[in-house]
Parts: sequence; C-alpha cells; structure tokens
Amino acid sequence: MKVIELVKVNKVYDMGAEVQVNALRNISLSIERGEYVAIMGPSGSGKTTLMNILGCLDTPTSGLYLFDGVNVSDMDDNELARIRNQGIGFVFQTFNLIPRSDALHNVELPLIYSGVPSAERKERALKTLEMVGLGERVHHKPNELSGGQRQRVAIARALINNPSIILADEPTGNLDSKTGDEIMLFFEELHDKGNTIILVTHEEYIAEHSKRIIRIKDGEIESDLPIEKNGKVKTTHPSEKAQA
Amino acid sequence: MTLGGELKEGLKLSLAALRANKARAVLTMLGIIIGIISVTLMGAAIEGLTRAFNNSISSIGADVLYVQKWPWMDTGEDWWKFRNRRDLEIDYADKIRKDATLFSAVAPVVGRMGTLKYENKTANNVQVQGTTSDLLYVSNMGFTEGRFFTDEETKGDRPLAVIGADVADQLFPNQDPIGKQLKVNGLSFRIIGVRSKQGSFMGMFSLDNVVIIPIGRFQSIFGKHFHPSIEARVSDPSDMENAKEELRGIMRKVRGLAPLQEDDFSINQQDLLTSAFDKIAGTIGAVGLFVTALSLFVGGIGIMNIMFVSVTERTKEIGIRKAMGARRRTILVQFLIESSLICLGGGLIGLAFSYPLSLLVDKVLPTSLPISIAVIGIIISLTVGVISGIIPAFRASRLDPVEALRYE
Repeated sequence: MKVIELVKVNKVYDMGAEVQVNALRNISLSIERGEYVAIMGPSGSGKTTLMNILGCLDTPTSGLYLFDGVNVSDMDDNELARIRNQGIGFVFQTFNLIPRSDALHNVELPLIYSGVPSAERKERALKTLEMVGLGERVHHKPNELSGGQRQRVAIARALINNPSIILADEPTGNLDSKTGDEIMLFFEELHDKGNTIILVTHEEYIAEHSKRIIRIKDGEIESDLPIEKNGKVKTTHPSEKAQA
Repeated sequence: MTLGGELKEGLKLSLAALRANKARAVLTMLGIIIGIISVTLMGAAIEGLTRAFNNSISSIGADVLYVQKWPWMDTGEDWWKFRNRRDLEIDYADKIRKDATLFSAVAPVVGRMGTLKYENKTANNVQVQGTTSDLLYVSNMGFTEGRFFTDEETKGDRPLAVIGADVADQLFPNQDPIGKQLKVNGLSFRIIGVRSKQGSFMGMFSLDNVVIIPIGRFQSIFGKHFHPSIEARVSDPSDMENAKEELRGIMRKVRGLAPLQEDDFSINQQDLLTSAFDKIAGTIGAVGLFVTALSLFVGGIGIMNIMFVSVTERTKEIGIRKAMGARRRTILVQFLIESSLICLGGGLIGLAFSYPLSLLVDKVLPTSLPISIAVIGIIISLTVGVISGIIPAFRASRLDPVEALRYE
C-alpha cells in the first residue's frame, strides 16, 4: 500500500523582481508502507524542498500529493498540522528539542497536540523513552544530554504518535561517527519493526543504510534505484577514512 | 486539540516561560502595576469623594426645600441682584404653614457663630442656631439623649438648648450634659437634648459643632436683625415639583409680587448640590481616568514590545511546535495567555499596593476602594494583556513552519 504518492509536483519560489526559482520540477514518486528510502542530493538540489513537502510543512505549487491516500496538496494550515501531528514523525539534524522542557515533556509534545489526556501521555512517553534506551534520563533537559541522547529523545518524539512515516533530515549530521552509527542502527531496527523511514542526506554512507536511494538534482529525480543486497558495500565515515 | 486543552497547556507553557525570564517578566509587569495602581487609586478617590459627599449631603434632607435670599448655585446672574433682594422674615414660616397643603413641617432657622461656656470650659466658634420646635419634623433629627424643645417652649422663649455631639464631647467629657446650665454668649440655657452625630461636611467642617435654641432667645442674644432661611419638608417626596411650585406661589403672595415681577427669593434643594457635584465629579473622573489610562497604555505598549521579543526569541520553538502538529490557534492561545498572565499578575500586584495606599490617601482625601473597583482593575489588566498580546501572538501563529525551523 502506498503511503506517499507524488504526481508531477512542482514548487516555484517567487524571489521578487519577476525572478522565479523552480525548486522542484515534475517530481513523481511513490513510497510503499514499510520502505526505507534515502533521498540524496547536493545542496541546492531541491531535496530540502522535497522533504518540506513530504513533511507537510509546505505545499506544492502544482501537482498532487497523496498521503495515506488523502490529497494533502491543497489542505489548509490546520489540516496540515493534523497530518504532521498524526502521520509524520520528524527527526532533525539539529534535534530541535525544546530547550526549556525535559526529555519526557519533549516526547509528550505530539500527544499534547493530539489531545491525549495527561496520564496516558506520560505513560506512553515513558515507554517510548525506555524503548530508545533513555528510561533513566526522562527528567533531563536537552542541555544535560549528549548529542546521541538528544537525537534519541527526538526519535522517541517522532515515534510516539505511531506515525505513518518517519522523516529524518540528516539525523547524524551533528553527531560523531560512532554515535551516528548507533543512530543508523536504531533506524534499521525501526525499519525491521515495520516503520516507513524516509532519510534525507547528502552522505553516501548514510544513504546506504536504506533500501532505496532517490537522487535529486536541479529539482528533478536523477535516479531512483533499490540497493542490491549483495552489492551493498560496508562504507566507513569519511573521517575514519582519513585517519586510516 | 480542544480549546480547553489549549488553555491548560498554554497556561503551563506561559508559566514556564515567565519563570525562565523572571526579571523580564517583573520589569514588564511594573508598567501594568503602576498603571493599575494609578487607575484604581483614581477610581477610589472619586468613589471616596462621592461617598463622602452623599454622606454629607444627607444632612440636607432630600425632601426639604430651603427658601433663602441666595441661590446655592451660581446661576451666572448678577451678584448685586441677589444682594439687593429683601431679606426673609421669621414670620414667613407661619404664613407658609397657613397656606401650604403639600408640606408637613415648616421652620425658620437663623444662625451665627457664638461662644459656649460650661464651668471653666469654653468652646469658641460654635454654630448657634435659633429655630422653632418644627425643625424637629423638618430635619428628622435624632437624639442620643434627651429631646427637642416643644411648641410651647418655643413660644414661651424658654432658655433651653439642644447641643451637637462635638459640643457634648468638648464641654461634657465623661458626664451627662442633660440638665446642665450652658452659657451661650453669656446667657444661661438648660440642656435638654444631645443630637446624634452627623459627621462632617466633605471632611471640611463638623456638623456637630452646633447648639440649637428657641428663636426668640436667639434674638435676645444676637438682636433682631438676623434673617432666617425657611426650611420646609415636603409631605410626598415624589411630588417635589408641585410642592416647589406651591411654595413659590405662597412666597410670591407673601412678598406681594405682581404677576410679571421676578421672584426675589430662591428656593434651594439638595439635588441642586447633587447635580452640581455629579458634574464636577464626572469631569474630575473623566480627566483623571484619562491621565491614568495613559500610564496603563504605556504599560500595554511595554508588554506588546516584550511579547514581540518573546515571539522572535522563540521562533525556532514555534517552528518545532508547528512541526509536531500545533495549530495556529494553539500558538495564538499560548502567547495570549502569556501576555495576559503578565498583566493579570501586574494587576493583582498593583491592587495589593493600591489597597494600603488608598488607606493612606484616605487620611488626606476621602478615599475608598470597593470590591467593584478591584474587579474592574482586574478586568482592565486582563483586557490590556489580551489587546497588547494579540498582535505578537497573531504573528507567532502565522509563522511559516519551514522558515521558523530554519531560524537560529
């Protein structure tokens, strides 16, 4: 079953003075439930724009976007907020936790906006934090946690509302290679459990954790290929390469 | 998310945000605190003055008409016109009583400052009033002790006196004045009554520093050239206008005025004073409230400013919340609650200050801070909070999540 389907999606930015930038041109793609997809591309390729549209943070200028079979391309702000709340779990490069709130409250956040009662919220958040291995640190604020721990809080937050997709934007970008690998392993576990994961990255070795790579260039899909199991090479982090 | 849930979450978040920036919250509140103090104190002063006035004015009965040479209120007419009017005579009271149908009692009252003596104690500058027994019915006089003089006693010019509460306190501390011999400007009077306390007129002069004696005795002390005012009590207070017309007709007849001649007397009544006071109090109130409202306005601007800062500071947080599914309304409510909390806190603190301050001001000027003003103060501060928070909160709610998330 398709969880995401884009049909001829365009995104045009008006830069004023009649200058228009076509960030996305006729993008058509579909992602099945349970897939683990990486979206790759150099900066300026449009992959961020694509991610924003996939994450319902932005709407396409033209074209159709079906999320779980529902047309979201011309939804209003409130409807989009509901899709983000219930259908999408975000994991950001900079973690994007709320600094003043502890881990527990950060994880609870999507449930607050779903209107889940407080007691149930707490219980689910605790369970999810335990699942990501932070059962001991629920009352720590983000600045009292390491980068890897922060990202795991963010992952717990992304998972808590059982979203249709997990949208991860350079999730290892701010982490050292060891922690980054741990996080990538964690994503693999989540995929094995049946979660749909969309990974946005420009790092080849990160993208290779996925099962399918969509390459974007100049706002268009350059290639969309599955990773052959036997062809998969174990690559290392560039910094490790340099050390070796 | 329901509105109730949004309010509850907004409250929690706002409290946390204020706690995180205590100094800023307090400084911002200061504007509202000062604004609320000045508005409530102003209100309290007006309220206090009105109450004091109403208390004072009640000593002038609402249903009593006063026939006098001078009008109470400046009518803009020539002073000399009033000055040259013929004086009123004591026997007018009898003439009015004879013809009047709408009045229950009529009394002439003459007054002058005199000196009272009892044994070795002296009271200077006491209002000495000469009148008839009818004043008892005209003014609804109350007594802590004793009685008023009777009709026979008035007619017989008996040397009897009724004293006010201040005179009793001053000349007869710790003893019963009834039956004592009091000297009024050297002449002896037996005290037969002590009038109940009337209070002061607007806190300026006491209405209890008075001694009342039969009018004939008054003339034997001060001479016959004192002219009275005639006080007449209306039987039916709802029929003031007709009573006034009747009194005017009788007075014109007494004075022998031809049909086209102007009245050469004035009929005064309490509501002349009340309406004049209301006008003055209204003007003072409007000007005062305008000036104090300005300070509240400045406080409101401060809050709006700080809310803009708060929104800008938390742009990224707003982006995160939106990505997590916060709706526009949720964000709007969150920031509105924050600004309202600042104002509500400021309002409460302001009231906590203005209550003791109002007690202090009361020593100089009659002031009272009733619950209604406190409630209005709270409502005003909440309104300022919502008004000054609405634009920043609206801006926060309209932030584009993509832009907001990118904000550093």
